[in-house]
Amino acid sequence: MSLLIIAILIPFIATALIPLIHNRIGTLHIGWLVLLIPTALFVIFALQIPVISNGDTLIQTINWIPSVGINFVAYLDGLSLIMALLITGMGSLVVLYSIYYLSASDSFPHFYAYLLLFMGAMLGIVLSDNLLVLYIFWELTSISSFLLIAFWYHRKNSRYGAQKSLLITFFGGLGMLAGFLMLHSMTETFSIRETLSVIGQYTDHTLFYPAMFLVLLGAFTKSAQFPFHIWLPDAMEAPTPVSAYLHSATMVKAGLYLVARFTPIFGGTAEWFWTVTLVGLVTLLWGAFCAVRQTDLKALLAYSTISQLGLIMSLFGMGSAAMYFGDGEQGAFYGLAIFAALFHMVNHSTFKGALFMVVGIVDHQVGTRDIRRLGGLMSFLPITFTFAVIGSFSMAGLPFFNGFLSKEMFFTASVNAIGLPVFGDSAWGLLIPAIAWVASVFTFVYCMIIVFRTFFGRPQLKKLDRKPVEPSLGMLISPAILCVLIVGLFFVPNLLGDHLLRPALNGIIPGISGAAPHISAWHGFNTELFMTFGIIIVGTLLFLTFRSWYKIYLLQPPGWTFTALYNSYLKDLKRVSNWITTHYMTGHLPAYFAYIFIFFIATAGGALIFTGALSIDLTADSPISFYEGMLVTAMAIAAVSILFAKSRLTAILLNGVLGFSIAIFFVLFRAPDLALTQLVIETVTTVLFLLCFNFLPEWAKEDSAKRIKIRNAVIAISAGITVTLIGLTVNSGQSFESISGYFENSYELAGGDNIVNAILGDFRAFDTLLESLVLFIAGLGVYTLIRLKLGKGPEKDEHK
Amino acid sequence: MNINDVILKTVSKAVVLIILTFGIYLFLSGHNQPGGGFIGGLVIASAFVLMFLSYDSETVSEALPIDFKKLSALGVLLAMLSGVAPMFFGGAFLSQSFGYFDLPIFGKTELATVTVFEAGIALTVVGVVVNIILSISEDE
Repeated sequence: MSLLIIAILIPFIATALIPLIHNRIGTLHIGWLVLLIPTALFVIFALQIPVISNGDTLIQTINWIPSVGINFVAYLDGLSLIMALLITGMGSLVVLYSIYYLSASDSFPHFYAYLLLFMGAMLGIVLSDNLLVLYIFWELTSISSFLLIAFWYHRKNSRYGAQKSLLITFFGGLGMLAGFLMLHSMTETFSIRETLSVIGQYTDHTLFYPAMFLVLLGAFTKSAQFPFHIWLPDAMEAPTPVSAYLHSATMVKAGLYLVARFTPIFGGTAEWFWTVTLVGLVTLLWGAFCAVRQTDLKALLAYSTISQLGLIMSLFGMGSAAMYFGDGEQGAFYGLAIFAALFHMVNHSTFKGALFMVVGIVDHQVGTRDIRRLGGLMSFLPITFTFAVIGSFSMAGLPFFNGFLSKEMFFTASVNAIGLPVFGDSAWGLLIPAIAWVASVFTFVYCMIIVFRTFFGRPQLKKLDRKPVEPSLGMLISPAILCVLIVGLFFVPNLLGDHLLRPALNGIIPGISGAAPHISAWHGFNTELFMTFGIIIVGTLLFLTFRSWYKIYLLQPPGWTFTALYNSYLKDLKRVSNWITTHYMTGHLPAYFAYIFIFFIATAGGALIFTGALSIDLTADSPISFYEGMLVTAMAIAAVSILFAKSRLTAILLNGVLGFSIAIFFVLFRAPDLALTQLVIETVTTVLFLLCFNFLPEWAKEDSAKRIKIRNAVIAISAGITVTLIGLTVNSGQSFESISGYFENSYELAGGDNIVNAILGDFRAFDTLLESLVLFIAGLGVYTLIRLKLGKGPEKDEHK
Repeated sequence: MNINDVILKTVSKAVVLIILTFGIYLFLSGHNQPGGGFIGGLVIASAFVLMFLSYDSETVSEALPIDFKKLSALGVLLAMLSGVAPMFFGGAFLSQSFGYFDLPIFGKTELATVTVFEAGIALTVVGVVVNIILSISEDE
């Protein structure tokens, strides 16, 4: 049974099917068909809950490239299951919501194809055990996110946001790939589970810490951690269902997932503890601080997402201390932080998903999401208002909502972290709860802004595009379900805790289930509760006096942002690469040939000399027959004559002589395949020349300086010598043992007598496949270059 | 291209058929004798090129409604998928297998999965070669 692999593949297959069926379903909205996929997958994964909560895991393997250890291994444990349920559950709600959100002018097939592509890739990330397979899915989510942000690609801001997110997440992704390769060079396995079991021997390895930081770079860029958070606010140009799904509930949690997955590998070291915790805390504080000043509701939610991701990240950091203490009471003491992180990850998806949908409804119904134009919508959108209150209060950490429970656990974990003796002195430890508290105050303030600026106060109906009314019922279903979850999880949190969170904790750090507490809302009057009281009091005061301290935001000079840095970097990059390119792309063909041949002579010729491979041994060669000698003479004459040809036609004909002579050589040396190929290639090339003839300029007499002529002659002769030397060396070389004996068994191994084809199609089919891909890309390149007519006429204005 | 040449047109009608047959023969015989996907594809492509040379491209496109860009994409896809298929039977990516079967007319015949892969290569070659020549010839 390969249930997991099928689950990953289903969204990809559906992506491929969408363009084929969307014209054949009549008036039915394609979203309804798409909705079946995440829903079915959700049910499939939900059915695995009993298995996983028993402590079992599922593992299914499909061989991919087993010779280098790259296999498609799907592995389901508690952590993967919780992520898979989030992906498919939120996916179902978002697809349902999008059916009513998108307008008829949007391209549905594109939207749903990208969304399903993302879903498959995201499932791939959380279910893969093989690092390289995980990496591929990782980049696929970046690509689908890029496509979805640029969904309304006629807007300049959409394209800007899409490019920014792609560049930053790819930058981190490539770093992560380097980290994975370093891990592989230490442990010689790409499997996460195998790495886990052997990593203990390699903690002193020189590559251990570089690998750790590179993997973290991938996680931080993906999860929008400070200072890489700048892409997330710009990603809000995507349609709101996408923001709710990718940029708050799932994709940005891939980084958190990665950190959780790698905690047992790198966790337990002080470097990991402080990097993850501090980056998380700084992100938490900076995100919350920036969110307060936003006037666009979606931008506010974006910064709030950054801040909440930082919160979860810091919890994973604190929890990593449990790896140091191991399976004991102290381990369980710090392991609580990981439990809290998982809990908050689920809660964040529910309340942030609901809030994004609320903002989407407001935007959809009144045509703006600028809080300076909104206000007093409570009486017009009472149901939406209720959702907003539930979502915001949960995010603020107020009681009777699930956010309260995980927020209290966050405070517990941060207070616990004060007394961490091994990772620095307690003065530093005190910083953790301090930052957590200050950031939570700002969180409270922006949560109140969402509710009170939008729904209370005087209605400003004149500033709105449309008169506000409640949307159709379909749009309200998804946020309603999320709100039920928000309230429901407050009253029965242990249903989630026992069946999903505890197995997930076990999946991260095996045998630490003692850390999983019985979640309860009331702990008596303890530090955490007083922290919450303080937040409510200070937060309310700050919210009411917002105007008097607003000027604090003006202290930051306008050019001193990371976005400005990114923009100027991009501008410089463009300028410098433009400068370099114009200097070597001269448009002069001989120059390009010179580059190619110099490179070839330097690398191939250099390798011959410096590796000592050069050896010429003519003793074993067969004698040159008269006929062969004649052919060589003819070819030499033709080759030299080209140099003195007066017209282009003569040169082409002489070139043809060379080509056909080579074909004859192949016949002489009993290589009918090659002879045939060479002949047909010559024929097709001749046709190509015929076609190009019209377009080529006059065959101008070369009258370049003598110096340049000599330089070209030197390059040409060196290239010729290099090829000759390679040919002679290959024939007499002793550097490698010949492997041709293996291919001679082609009849037994591949069932074919034709060795050439057995090599091409069987033994080395991967080469052939990639070559045909290159051929295909080259064909497309020729086609687009000719059709696009770049450089002719005025440049098309892209920025309408 | 508007070459008004009766002899060329008449001859190519017959020759194209021969070249196509030869191309398909080369493709199928590649397992045990000279031939194979690449060369078979090239020969078939040259047959198409001959058609385009002797008749103008509108006439050929009407008689032969093939989008060669899509054909080359289809070829790459086929080659790729033929490599994925063995993964579902426990083999590695691109591993090929073969067997001997008793077929009604052909008798004992060898069937090999490599044929599917080679078909993908052949389609790619045909598509790319004809596409390049067509795009250059249609350039104004």
